[in-house]
Amino acid sequence: MSFNPAALLLLIVGLGLIGWLAGRARSAMVAGRAGTKLHSRPQYHGWYVALWLFAPAAIFLAVWSSVAPAMITNDVLASEAAQRLPAFGFERSAILSDARGVAQGDQPSVRIEGAGPLVEPYRAATQKYGMIGIAAMLALALAGGLFAFTRIRPDFRARSRVERIVMGLLLLASLVAILTTFGIVLSLLFESIRFFQLVSPAELLFGTYWNPQSGAAVEGTFGGIPLFWGTVLIGAIIAMIVAIPIGMMTAVYLTQYAAPAVRRWVKPILEILAGVPTVVYGYFAALTVAPALRNFAVMIGIPNASTESALAAGIVMGVMIIPFVSSMADDSINAVPQAMRDGSLALGATPNETIRQVLIPAALPGVMGGILLAVSRAIGETMIVVMAAGLSANLTANPFASVTTVTAQIVKLLTGDQEFDSAKTLAAFALGLVLFVVTLLLNIVALRIVKKYREAYE
Amino acid sequence: MTQEDLSIADPKMTAQNVNVFYGEKQAINDVTIDVGTDLVTAFIGPSGCGKSTFLRSLNRMNDTIASARVTGKITLEGEDIYDPSMDVVQLRARVGMVFQKPNPFPKSIYDNVGYGPRIHGLAPTKADLDVIVERALVRAGLWDEVKDRLNESGTALSGGQQQRLCIARAIAVDPEVILMDEPCSALDPIATAKIEELIHELRGKYAIVIVTHNMQQAARVSQRTAFFHLGTLVEYGKTTDIFTNPKQERTKDYITGRYG
Repeated sequence: MSFNPAALLLLIVGLGLIGWLAGRARSAMVAGRAGTKLHSRPQYHGWYVALWLFAPAAIFLAVWSSVAPAMITNDVLASEAAQRLPAFGFERSAILSDARGVAQGDQPSVRIEGAGPLVEPYRAATQKYGMIGIAAMLALALAGGLFAFTRIRPDFRARSRVERIVMGLLLLASLVAILTTFGIVLSLLFESIRFFQLVSPAELLFGTYWNPQSGAAVEGTFGGIPLFWGTVLIGAIIAMIVAIPIGMMTAVYLTQYAAPAVRRWVKPILEILAGVPTVVYGYFAALTVAPALRNFAVMIGIPNASTESALAAGIVMGVMIIPFVSSMADDSINAVPQAMRDGSLALGATPNETIRQVLIPAALPGVMGGILLAVSRAIGETMIVVMAAGLSANLTANPFASVTTVTAQIVKLLTGDQEFDSAKTLAAFALGLVLFVVTLLLNIVALRIVKKYREAYE
Repeated sequence: MTQEDLSIADPKMTAQNVNVFYGEKQAINDVTIDVGTDLVTAFIGPSGCGKSTFLRSLNRMNDTIASARVTGKITLEGEDIYDPSMDVVQLRARVGMVFQKPNPFPKSIYDNVGYGPRIHGLAPTKADLDVIVERALVRAGLWDEVKDRLNESGTALSGGQQQRLCIARAIAVDPEVILMDEPCSALDPIATAKIEELIHELRGKYAIVIVTHNMQQAARVSQRTAFFHLGTLVEYGKTTDIFTNPKQERTKDYITGRYG
């Protein structure tokens, strides 16, 4: 019998099931004998036993699976055969892994000379720790199950306990995302600190020339302003010029004028658009919109017109953002009480006047929140700008010229063969950190605005 | 229903054989009634009897409900308000409305009152608008309480003040009729008393129709009372007659608290 985590997991799930049935049966029996009513219904006692059986064993299984290989290797290294191994380096680990492969049945025979004598110690150690692991796991499962089983009494509050455990599980699940984010921030932070030891933060934030080279950091080539400007020009200016009016008009139409049948179709379609992979928009921007815009710019005589332009990326990004803006504006306008609309109409205002002068002002905070969220999404967007905006860091207000953004530069810095300790590569992390902080702030402000506004009508 | 009570010499609004449907469901069944120019008319009846629905058909607020349909004839000064030539915007400027829950706009007190005159172009200059706003607030009995803080938000006022602000807002466009849909149901007794007092003062300047759950209120503020039940107009007459000498058994049962 070998130590196979998947099979063992199935085994304890099976044991848990038995525990469930046993706990349920026993609780009913106990209650019958005592002639009293159970505090908790039998299935809660069943769950209580099952959880006590399953959870400690599963946790042990997870821990054991991760520490057992190291213990096996230790054992092997202590064996007589291992004394002849080279002391360090690649060869040593290759021999060990070869022997392990044979011992665990992943390969038929050794490929490297010298691994042969190690197979047997490996096999023995694997066997030993496998048995120990299985025995300990089963003991833990049975101990947990018995502990829970013996606690079953009519007045035992199994329901409260099971519910508390379930709550714990839910809490754990919600923490996963938060802790992961936290880890990401930390890793960003560490790499950024390494970067800032080579290049000063002031240069990155306020410098106006961006041309990082491999090798040693050259003073004055890490100025982030052209990137920040490109990001703002595309994400916060051009995209919003497209998305805000169209999104608002969409929301006004859908909430105020559209027949229910139209709304039933258009709203889900818009929401589906929000889920289209951005690379698809990127193709559209690069292959269709950008060349068309360039031809137009050349026709009207604008200098520096490029096939990669801020305008193309910005317009397509704006289109991509429309569903965000319209859906937030839709929610905000709908949240304005009907009484407000009726009050205006009853004064003889036209629907148009009502929308412009009452509904939109009342919905404005929510709409603003939605717009900020959209901006935060737009400045973090990558594919469209990589494909359509270009990679040359120009500091220009000409929307037909090629500009670059923070995200596009991060992609450029990290693709290809890079050393992971040069200033050029580390700059990507610093840029990522800046982007993260800015979008985080935008999101916080946006959510606060939305929340405050919601409270106003409740 | 007795005929003599219906005779009002100079009716402001008339309704003849009016039916209102919400989809398939009939909410108002063949109602015929006149609303007097210088009178306060109260609509009473148990919940769901259709009195609010009928009130909302007098300024075509039912138009905002997609499934609502009105048949029969309703006139304002002899003009059919459901005639295609009738501009609903104009109609609502002439027939104002005050709602159950105070619904001031999230704007300043001044802008709340000035909203109607502005959209109807009643005030060419700021000075004109100042006059209109002040006059409306004075008439609504709110001027002394708010004259020093006209720029504060209307939603910051108390419930009773908000409702008087809504009345001022309706008055500001100089309507001929004011419809009030249970204007005191969300207010405390003191605020209610102020609104009732206000209705007394407004009587004669505007034709007023008030829907109320509160029979004492109907008795206090109105000269004519109409009793609705299950979508039909059961009895309509002088308020004193309805409350002291109802002709219909159902009216009597309701007045004496047998149901409702």
